Amino acid sequence: MGMTDLRVNLSGVELKNPLIPASGTFGFGREFLPYYDLNLLGAISVKGTTGEPRFGNPTPRIAECPAGMLNSVGLQNPGAQAVAKEELPALRQVYTGPIIANISGFSEEEYVRCVERLTGQEQVAILEINISCPNVRHGGMAFGTDPEAAARITRAVKRVATRPVYMKLSPNVTDIVAIARACAEAGADGLSLINTLLGMRIDLQRRRPVLANTYGGYSGPGIFPVALRMVHQVTGAVDIPVIGMGGVTTARDVIEMMMAGAKAVQIGAANLVNPMACPEILAALPGEMEKLGIRALSEIERVPVN
Amino acid sequence: MNYEITENRALTASVHSMRLRGDTGSLTRPGQFVQVALPDFYLRRPISVCEWDRESLRLVYKVVGQGTAAMAEMKPGACLDLLPGLGNGFDTGACGEKPLLVGGGVGLPPLLGLCRALLAQGKKPLVLAGFGTAAEAFLLEDFRALGVPVTVTTMDGSLGLRGLVTDALGDLDYDDVLACGPLPMLKALWRCTGGRGQYSLEERMGCGFGACMGCSVQTAAGSMRVCKEGPVFRGEVLPWA
Ligand SMILES: Cc1cc2nc3c(=O)[nH]c(=O)nc-3n(C[C@H](O)[C@H](O)[C@H](O)COP(=O)(O)OP(=O)(O)OC[C@H]3O[C@@H](n4cnc5c(N)ncnc54)[C@H](O)[C@@H]3O)c2cc1C
Ligand SMILES: Cc1cc2nc3c(=O)[nH]c(=O)nc-3n(C[C@H](O)[C@H](O)[C@H](O)COP(=O)(O)O)c2cc1C
Ligand code: FES
Repeated sequence: MGMTDLRVNLSGVELKNPLIPASGTFGFGREFLPYYDLNLLGAISVKGTTGEPRFGNPTPRIAECPAGMLNSVGLQNPGAQAVAKEELPALRQVYTGPIIANISGFSEEEYVRCVERLTGQEQVAILEINISCPNVRHGGMAFGTDPEAAARITRAVKRVATRPVYMKLSPNVTDIVAIARACAEAGADGLSLINTLLGMRIDLQRRRPVLANTYGGYSGPGIFPVALRMVHQVTGAVDIPVIGMGGVTTARDVIEMMMAGAKAVQIGAANLVNPMACPEILAALPGEMEKLGIRALSEIERVPVN
Repeated sequence: MNYEITENRALTASVHSMRLRGDTGSLTRPGQFVQVALPDFYLRRPISVCEWDRESLRLVYKVVGQGTAAMAEMKPGACLDLLPGLGNGFDTGACGEKPLLVGGGVGLPPLLGLCRALLAQGKKPLVLAGFGTAAEAFLLEDFRALGVPVTVTTMDGSLGLRGLVTDALGDLDYDDVLACGPLPMLKALWRCTGGRGQYSLEERMGCGFGACMGCSVQTAAGSMRVCKEGPVFRGEVLPWA
């Protein structure tokens, strides 16, 4: 078997492979320790963090779909202070690779405060700014559905950030390219996409929405084609690196996402239904690359439009 | 992890008992659960471990939707992928000498393994089981075979006492409560018994092992995950007052 090169680079941050567990599907890593050594991962995107601790939405927060799931967790997290003082140092004890801090807010001021609290943490390699959470009223996705607001948050965060800033984009928009351009022009170092697609399920017996929050974010294999399309459109329009995500489940999905233009790939819901998803994808990756004649992942080029 | 189905039979019109052979090393306490992966369904189904030994475990489940209906169709010899050993389970060391095990409907199964564990520790459990009707009753013989006193209530009085499990509390001599069943039953029991004991809760789950925050409950001791800090909670922390 020939040698395959899995390394990728995000704004100067070296990843030994492109696999990154997606924010909100990996906690702060601890829950996966019984299953595998986290050091095999390319990077880890930790749970979305807000300025203050949040309990999140009422339950039920989870609903099943034919090819994925809805969640309306609503950014439950212990707050930036506890993440900085407890969670990140604890993760560093068991994992030495790059950590991506995922940050949310309900106002420009909260985003800034949260970034200020986390950007200086030795453990944080990249700041991923979530302007696309569909599960919180006032804020979250509101910043990610308007190019002006997205640019404003990007500029505010860039002013205080000492790490590369990746803006995480919502698919719940008419024109994701306009938002991506606005972030890039405002100085974003990169982009992460896509967050979940807003959806709902109904309990037929009770004739009520399944989720207490009525609507929730759809993730899993069902959104993969939408994610690919959006990554492809965005990477055709901006020059900054894009981390692609949405429904990635297999090694072939990883390669397909990179052919759509992604420089690295996040894996979300797949971790929840199979805690071994990332190591299994990693193990399959070299074989799939060889079948396709790919020697180095970093050489994959974005496919052209037909 | 892969498990082979060795038995899958109906106990009532809707409740089934499945035995599986495979690694049970991760099971440490009664009241823990497994996450069952079902072909054609995206999410796993959480099912309590009814009882287990070194190389097999038993699940007793009610058909309530499409996933459990698919489970009921499975044949011995087929394999199932489970995440075993999830959740905290009941704390048998911390409970009283004469605990009352209260099960409502499909809350009953984990109490069988619990009853065995308590007997092994020399405690003297008694069982209180609530069903809708006599036709819906199951697992009672398994408890009686352990030689423990079993009290039954049914809503229509077709078996045992007529009424709810809480209607039977007055006649029983117990010093602690360990319960699993529908939320209204648990809350009523909690109120009737002064908020002590241990209660096994249910919640819709994304992962079952603590990663997604899908199953959080607010307790007096802060936010907890039903799948990780639970499913069994001490009565003192439950916010039901
Ligand atoms: C810790 C725990 C232990 C359990 N132990 C048992 C047991 O021993 N025996 C038993 O019969 N049932 C048990 N349940 C309930 C069981 O998980 C559900 O009945 C089952 O998931 C229903 O699946 P379905 O596909 O048939 O129903 P559907 O309604 O079609 O399921 C749709 C989705 O909702 C979820 N869901 C539906 N009802 C419940 C519920 N009550 N709790 C959690 N998720 C639900 C399903 O998992 C699935 O993701 C337990 C639940 C929990 C949380
Ligand atoms: C339970 C759950 C919680 C999530 N929480 C966050 C979050 O806190 N911050 C964030 O940026 N994205 C969050 N996401 C979105 C994922 O990071 C990812 O963008 C999305 O799920 C698409 O990828 P997937 O289809 O592989 O899951 C969450 C997703 C799920 C399923
Ligand atoms: S079900 Fe995912 S944290 Fe409990």
